[in-house]
Amino acid sequence: MHLDLTLVMFLSFIAITLGITAWASRRSGSSASFFAANRQITAWQNGIAVAGDYMSAASFLGIAGLIAFFGYDGFLYSVGWLVAYLTVLLIVAEPLRNAGKYTMADVLAYRMNPRPVRAMASISTLTVSTFYMIAQMIGAGSLVALLLKESHISFTVAVSCVGVLATTWVQIIKAILLIAGTILLSILVLAHFHFSFTEFFQAISTVTYHGAGGKLIVQDFMTPGLRFKLPYGPLELISLGMALILGTAGLPHILVRFYTVPDAKTARFSVVWAMIIIGSFYIMTTFLGFGAATIVGRDFIAKNGGTNMSAPLLAKAIAGDVFFAFICAIAFATILAVVAGLTISASTSFAHDFWTNVIHHGVERKAGEERLVARIAAFVVGAISIAIAIALGPTANVAFLVALAFAVAASANLPVIVFSIYWKRFNTAGAVCGLLFGLVGSIVLILIGPSIMGIDAATVAAAARHPIQHAPIFPLENPGILSIPIGFAGALLGTFLGAKDPNAVQRFEELEVRANTGLGSEKATAH
Amino acid sequence: MATLQKTDGSTGVEKSKWDRVQEMDEFRLLLLAKKEFVIPTTVFFVVYYFALPVLVGYAPDFMARKVLGPVNLAYLFALSQFFVAWGIAWAYVSAARKFDKFGAHILETLKREGYDERQDGKRGL
Repeated sequence: MHLDLTLVMFLSFIAITLGITAWASRRSGSSASFFAANRQITAWQNGIAVAGDYMSAASFLGIAGLIAFFGYDGFLYSVGWLVAYLTVLLIVAEPLRNAGKYTMADVLAYRMNPRPVRAMASISTLTVSTFYMIAQMIGAGSLVALLLKESHISFTVAVSCVGVLATTWVQIIKAILLIAGTILLSILVLAHFHFSFTEFFQAISTVTYHGAGGKLIVQDFMTPGLRFKLPYGPLELISLGMALILGTAGLPHILVRFYTVPDAKTARFSVVWAMIIIGSFYIMTTFLGFGAATIVGRDFIAKNGGTNMSAPLLAKAIAGDVFFAFICAIAFATILAVVAGLTISASTSFAHDFWTNVIHHGVERKAGEERLVARIAAFVVGAISIAIAIALGPTANVAFLVALAFAVAASANLPVIVFSIYWKRFNTAGAVCGLLFGLVGSIVLILIGPSIMGIDAATVAAAARHPIQHAPIFPLENPGILSIPIGFAGALLGTFLGAKDPNAVQRFEELEVRANTGLGSEKATAH
Repeated sequence: MATLQKTDGSTGVEKSKWDRVQEMDEFRLLLLAKKEFVIPTTVFFVVYYFALPVLVGYAPDFMARKVLGPVNLAYLFALSQFFVAWGIAWAYVSAARKFDKFGAHILETLKREGYDERQDGKRGL
């Protein structure tokens, strides 16, 4: 009975999402409306949409799971995820709004030789989006596996098909649902502890679970260091922090949101709205995560879907099957919406930057061609992500995976964005080198790090084994602490070794005026 | 193409509006005001944020101390990050009101001097 209800809720959510996207896509005609909503979105709408794009499976499923398993150390993820918006607010959002048009690469191409810069930026955008998407697919996969107890491949395919079209309204609706679900779940957790914070925190300080070898462990889950242990734990934390703080301002699917608003001031206020929503949400992960740790318990979660399923299992334990179905549906809608945002930014970048501007020298040969190419690119990115997600299996924690996407964005995209906006001497060679060094550096460090390399005991199940059976060469899971400096170094090196570019300097003066006054920036269009 | 001329028909030296803005005192003041706010604020939030992983990573015993009933210092410090971030956002929004005023003045001056705002910004995009 409950299984059917879950399915019905699921299907109605998918139907609603599809309905809205279909309705919205009929209204959008030109490229400006398709990619940038005619720049007419208001601050609060865009703020909620940014929050919707940002609060992915990583947040709702991943962080709750990390807290449920590692207590306080999981909560450290939540902190970085909000503070990162200060970088967006103070350094990137407004100049980007004034200087760009559709994609992250616009702001780079403004000063530089557009073809090589757009080509590199497009590759980087596709890479970051793919990493991010893999995590969403794993989240969707384990969710469906938990609900239907059967293969989840067909459902992940469905996710990627729905995700081809994204609109601001999908993000808004999803964000509101997610916040509502989280508030409800938090209240229920508090109710379980008779609305006493003292009782709640006391329960957190005596969490019990079975460790390796079946030994019963009683642990204070507020204690730091359960996940990030010496010798590399502290460095790992700093590395993660760097990836989050600098990566958010380099996430292509977040940056494009600032092109949907009429001016820089609206962009600023939309970041503030987003920070209010995102911050409230991440504070509430305290209740989701520690609630799952105390009420459901690590042992049960590990046996029933793994870390990513902590929040849904909490809903089931605390309020029964109906609420469980509701929370699962919200989690699924969250994934749908984020996949939608990711596919659109990745495919826009490929169509606008690579196809039109690099291959066809900035001319859209046929009306609508850019949109067709965007749809094909979306399909390809979706397919690659699903393939990798299936290869990785459902055990990988999605928050951890998304943190790797942040590391790539922080290493490849952020240095060149910042230098383009603020450094007069910066040139084409610097931009290409910065993107290349950051991208290659972060990916190589992930590949030779402990997420991919490691020696497993013979008893470890095949699905959980490291892909390369060799001691890790780089000791940290998150490469940020080294790959971000590599990205900056690449940008500096390229700039100083490359020829002086008087054109880029001249264009900097224009960009500086434009970024700071909004003079000549893309305007809202009526429809 | 993007060298914009005065539209009043004067035959003076052509000057793009970008150059005109660059030489305005108000524009210099705007950049300075932004710098004076953004740089110290960024330094502050970066230091405050990284104090968390550094303290938690290298002084876990100190941070595990219970300071408010069953709640420890580590959690309170992490929680404070949210409120500090919101506070900084609020401070920036207040400071940016001044930036907006500068910007509006600059655009007004430009309009008064007859620089045409319509034909611009198309290069490189």
